[in-house]
Amino acid sequence: MELTFFLQQMINGVALGSLYGLIAIGYTMVYGIIRLINFAHGDVMMMGCYFAYFGILMFSLPWWASFAVAIVLTALLGVLMDKGAYVPVRNAPRISALITAIGVSFLLENLGLVVFGGRPKGFDTPDMFNEVYEVAGLMFPALVLWTPLLTLLILGFILFIIYRTKTGRAMRCISHDMETTKLMGVDVNRIISITFAIGSASAAAGGIMWAMRYPEINPLMGIIPGFKAFVAAVLGGIGNITGAMLGGLLLGIAEILLVSLMPEMAGYRDAVAFGLLILILLFRPTGLMGTKLPD
Amino acid sequence: MKTKHVLVAFMVLGLAFAMPTPSFSQAKSDTIKIGVFLPMTGGVAAYGQGSWQGVQVARDMEPTVLGKKVELFLADDKSDKIEAANAVTRLVEKEKVVAIIGSSISGNTMAGAPIAEKAGVPIISPTATNPLVTQGKKYIFRVCFIDPFQGEMAAKYAYETLKKRKAALIIDKAQDYCVGLADFFEKSFTKLGGEIVAKTYCQTGDKDFTAQLSAIKAKNPDVLYMPNYYTEVALAMKQAKDLGLNIPVLSGDGSQDKALIDIGKQNVEGLMLTGHFEKEAASTPLAKKFIPLYEKKFGKVGTFDVMGADAYFVLIDAIKRAGSTDGAKVRAALANTKNFKGISGTMTIGEDGNAIKSLVIVQVRGGDFRYVATVEPAGAKPEPKKPAAKKK
Repeated sequence: MELTFFLQQMINGVALGSLYGLIAIGYTMVYGIIRLINFAHGDVMMMGCYFAYFGILMFSLPWWASFAVAIVLTALLGVLMDKGAYVPVRNAPRISALITAIGVSFLLENLGLVVFGGRPKGFDTPDMFNEVYEVAGLMFPALVLWTPLLTLLILGFILFIIYRTKTGRAMRCISHDMETTKLMGVDVNRIISITFAIGSASAAAGGIMWAMRYPEINPLMGIIPGFKAFVAAVLGGIGNITGAMLGGLLLGIAEILLVSLMPEMAGYRDAVAFGLLILILLFRPTGLMGTKLPD
Repeated sequence: MKTKHVLVAFMVLGLAFAMPTPSFSQAKSDTIKIGVFLPMTGGVAAYGQGSWQGVQVARDMEPTVLGKKVELFLADDKSDKIEAANAVTRLVEKEKVVAIIGSSISGNTMAGAPIAEKAGVPIISPTATNPLVTQGKKYIFRVCFIDPFQGEMAAKYAYETLKKRKAALIIDKAQDYCVGLADFFEKSFTKLGGEIVAKTYCQTGDKDFTAQLSAIKAKNPDVLYMPNYYTEVALAMKQAKDLGLNIPVLSGDGSQDKALIDIGKQNVEGLMLTGHFEKEAASTPLAKKFIPLYEKKFGKVGTFDVMGADAYFVLIDAIKRAGSTDGAKVRAALANTKNFKGISGTMTIGEDGNAIKSLVIVQVRGGDFRYVATVEPAGAKPEPKKPAAKKK
């Protein structure tokens, strides 16, 4: 009984944590390559959810087609965001880019409010993801199995791009020294656009998984997952993609354990996440798997 | 040269800011300004959106009072307490409204109340049900019942009608509404002889309730009381199904918005709640007039739409009886509202600012809210037209 309870809570923790991890991967990837904390990442995720929602509802696409279209559209949105907002401040001090990111975040949120309206919408989860499996008294909703799988898949894909392709080599170069990379004849803007496209696409994938597990979408839904993914990224060592996934898992499990072991403290679950962020920044600023930053 | 440009720019800017002032003082004489602060965005946006539509339809039905046109000013409180206080400040100080309708939830109404109280501008809330909202306040009113009544009736329903003995609770600690309602439920349920076997907490905006629900499942309750808002209830019911926790769920008036069904879909089937209104039980003449007009414009009428409209009608009625827009006089008239036949039923508002009225028990069936029963308030003088709604 006690063991079943604990195991069930671990399953709950992994389910939540892998969602955080999935969203954190794109977050940390963009940071790792261009050293920009893209505060709009959570809002890009929100846009991905709406694209998928409208794909199913308005164009009556089958769910897989709608998800694919949403991911592609979100990737394009990422490129657009880079071209429109970040290219003009590429050579400005880093703080300008950071503030621009906050601006983009507000822009997307309020654009969402105007275009989609403030009333929340229910996300249509395909039946396949609604199933629940029972094994020895433990409940496994299908998404609890799919999300970590997808997270690993995307993690593998991004690691492959970064370490096994030419574009990836250019990305790694940019993360070390953008100026020199430019001198080597690499089209830096194109590489950064690709980075944003991949980061945003993974945000959309994360958003869709999020929306299937918590089927309520609204224009401000990206804020909290965005923050949590940021904490997960820092926890794992910001810039480190594998670390982001582990950070997400850790954060999810920590939150669930707090609520289940100390139910009275449930109101402090966000405080725990952000407390964890402060502790990490104080005692291990490079995170669990991070390396020393160049500056 | 450059300074000159800047100067010109400032002058133009200054002019732009100065512009509205003259038109504003002109407008003062021939319209009556009513402020509305509602959550149009954020966690409980569905309430605000619905109530605002209701207020607009009600205004179209009664566009003038005291021979003047009614002008509405909407401020979004963004489902947030601080924004609610800002919204009321803006309505009182900038728009100089004579009275205010709002807000949807207790916490936000309480955040705005002291400002209006100090300025002597009456606030009438459509759906803030926590007793503290009006307690000790002179200028704060509501057109809805209060939580002690609602909590007691939910407990009675669970114990007597559903014959449940072991209840579990999920309480949103950040909302006065949820904390209060859970408390009233617990008191009544234990007094009847039931037992609260699990008490878990969450926070507004939480999406994941698996930890709480797993803990609840381990305690084997036979009914779950979740007096939260629609998003939380819908998400928690989905996760409860995922975790194999299949017990009846009871909730409060906060669940009765179509967003609950949009989000929860088949997972919220069977949910029972204590609500303000359900179309099937509507019987007043005002309801018969309002509902077709509303539905022509916005589709199926919901509770929060109706409550917003009721707040408007009660306020206009009070201004009419006061014969003036003076804050103190409107207040006195509001506190003397007797047997007003609103859309959601007949209500009497006393010096304490609370409406005495009946509640309805509603259940989600076939993807819609369905009327189950009407419960009259205890201690209220029975009105002649009671039996009509009792049995259905």
